[in-house]
Amino acid sequence: MKSKKPFVLLSSTGLFIGVLLMILSACSENKEAEAKNYLGPEGIPVSQEMIAELTSPPNVPGPTGRRKAKKLIVNMEVLEEEGEMTDGVKYVYWTFGGSVPGSFIRTKIGDEVEFHLKNHPDNKLPHNIDLHAVTGPGGGATSSFVAPGHETQFSFKVLNPGLYVYHCATAPVGMHIANGMYGLILVEPEEGLPPVDKEYYVMQGDFYTKGENGDRGLQPFDMKKAVDEDADYVVFNGKVGSLTGDNAITANVGETIRLYVGNGGPNLVSSFHVIGEIFDVVRVEGGDLINENVQTTLVPAGGAAIVEFKVDVPGTFILVDHSIFRAFNKGALGMLKVQGEENKKIYSGKQEEGVYQPEGSGIQEMPVDKGVAQTEETAKSLQEKMEFGKATYMRTCFACHQAEGQGIPNAFPPLAKSDYLNADLNRAIDIVLHGKTGEITVNGEKYNSVMTKQDLTDEEVANVLTYIYNSWGNSKKEVTTSMVANRRNTH
Amino acid sequence: MKTPPLKIIFFFAICIGYALNSVIAQTENMVTVKGGVYIPLYGVDSTAVKVDDFLMDVYPVSNSEFLAFVKKYPQWKRSHVKRLFADKNYLVLWKDDNTLSDQLKPNSPITGISWFAAKKYCECQGKRLPTIDEWEYAAMADDKTIDARKKETYNQYILEWYETPKSFNNSIGSTFKNYWGIYDLHGLVWEWTLDFNSVLISGESRKDVDKDSNLFCGSAAVGASDLMNYAAFMRYAFRGSMKANYAVKNLGFRCVKDIDITP
Repeated sequence: MKSKKPFVLLSSTGLFIGVLLMILSACSENKEAEAKNYLGPEGIPVSQEMIAELTSPPNVPGPTGRRKAKKLIVNMEVLEEEGEMTDGVKYVYWTFGGSVPGSFIRTKIGDEVEFHLKNHPDNKLPHNIDLHAVTGPGGGATSSFVAPGHETQFSFKVLNPGLYVYHCATAPVGMHIANGMYGLILVEPEEGLPPVDKEYYVMQGDFYTKGENGDRGLQPFDMKKAVDEDADYVVFNGKVGSLTGDNAITANVGETIRLYVGNGGPNLVSSFHVIGEIFDVVRVEGGDLINENVQTTLVPAGGAAIVEFKVDVPGTFILVDHSIFRAFNKGALGMLKVQGEENKKIYSGKQEEGVYQPEGSGIQEMPVDKGVAQTEETAKSLQEKMEFGKATYMRTCFACHQAEGQGIPNAFPPLAKSDYLNADLNRAIDIVLHGKTGEITVNGEKYNSVMTKQDLTDEEVANVLTYIYNSWGNSKKEVTTSMVANRRNTH
Repeated sequence: MKTPPLKIIFFFAICIGYALNSVIAQTENMVTVKGGVYIPLYGVDSTAVKVDDFLMDVYPVSNSEFLAFVKKYPQWKRSHVKRLFADKNYLVLWKDDNTLSDQLKPNSPITGISWFAAKKYCECQGKRLPTIDEWEYAAMADDKTIDARKKETYNQYILEWYETPKSFNNSIGSTFKNYWGIYDLHGLVWEWTLDFNSVLISGESRKDVDKDSNLFCGSAAVGASDLMNYAAFMRYAFRGSMKANYAVKNLGFRCVKDIDITP
């Protein structure tokens, strides 16, 4: 319409503005009329066709903003492939789009989704997809059952805004989900979700392996444990460490973060919490209900939540399932690293520190079962000792001494290029075996803290110390199992 | 469809002469499976099925055996086969009509063949495809017992295989020899059965549970029988996803033969 107006502009600017105003108001009236014309979301007309952008976690496709409903083509490939659960532990994952959780699908209410499900020819099994955002039998599962080397297509219109889980629903359903076949589909309202600075995709899942947590090698799925709901791993985004260290999600001070949090299960309900943050907004269960100022939000298996918060101070914020043993012993732990200016008004940092021991210096410890058989694989070379030692380090030591042995200033002493460590090997073994309390000086800095006794086997101690001594500029000593056994027996 | 029906009949009848000659020679690599009454994996007492004695191939059909077959019956070569009988994945890994590709070993099981091709192959040997019941009956044996389905280790073995990628390229005979002397029923490839699509699965297993209560009561109980049902579920789900002209990379076959009852 605007293209017809230039000659009006030439003759009379005033008239032009008047006409323009009339047109604008007519347009917005038209829009409202149009909006009221259709009865409910099923009447929303679609223009144009678009191929959906799919992202693997922790990434989220760009907002739908103010775009109109479209015919949205989703191409999703099912892949059965080997991956790593944690260092040294392999697992055959079944995936939507090659990742666990599967690719994130972002739609707008009224979109007509044309879904193509492709089952890779190398796959052993037939699969299908049940999207909780679908209104229809099986959420699409009845229409999408597809053999290896084949493709099925079905279409649906998204009618309800919210964040929804999708998953495979082929027999045995529990096994398909337990192997990683779940993900999230977002249906944005007509006006889009309010803009934020950063968006991320986090989805929890529980895994059941034949071996115990940490047992090395390729671990098959264990049906009995799954039925008993006895999880070996509870993780974010498919594996231990998918959101820690270099994989941590990031933000800057002052930014608002939105997390799309899902839970694939198959069994466990998540108590989702970010240590050191309060959720300003929680879209409860991914629906319309908004709760504010929430510490921990429940994410049911086969459900989701959207959480939003502004980060005010720098630091590392830990994402956990606050069923807390899952976080520290089974892997449900992620990191949000925030950079920027300190704000001492909001958070001072440590102001004072001392030892407080009302019950003497004895540290609480668990009774050790001396009869436990050591079925772990034995390291045969220095290289294997390093590898196994690193796995133990990442499980046991990493939280305080950090990934590169750098420690945390004023709290946990460094292991990298550490004069204290290199000065006395037996003392180092003793500290791992029996713990350490009180003031020590490491590389010229004083530390006054507590390290608990570590519940590790002699071999694990030997491997982890060998790893530490042969990393980060230390003295390259090799620690043997018998050296550790000797120290254990002298006490 | 332009192909006249008569031509199809001819097409199916073509190997009969050959079959008569080869009947005796071909039973050499077969063993007898003594029939009996069994309760299918999905069933209850009232659904017990009687299986008659039959002969079954010791090994699944190999790549080299199938190569010999297509050389003898060129209408089953990749470029000649009718789309009605085999989809585009038919022998897709072969270099050409008459040559296996380098990644396929001659003594690995043939895969990427349709049900029509498998059925025809067996008929041309004077044999046929096993029924689901025959196949399941023979496959419930481990190395020592006829019915090992209650053993947790046996089921775990099967479930683990279902999760192992690319086993189609292993050699025939590389898994265990079962009670009947048959190899590779579990652990190598899926196998076509004559009536693979006689159990209707919608693909929505939760719905199937109440759709046919005789077939899918698997979700009810906890314990060994449940584990057993999981393995069965996966086989039936796989069969249910198939159509007769599908050719799949992990799906092969073997043949069986009735035992002549001569007084």
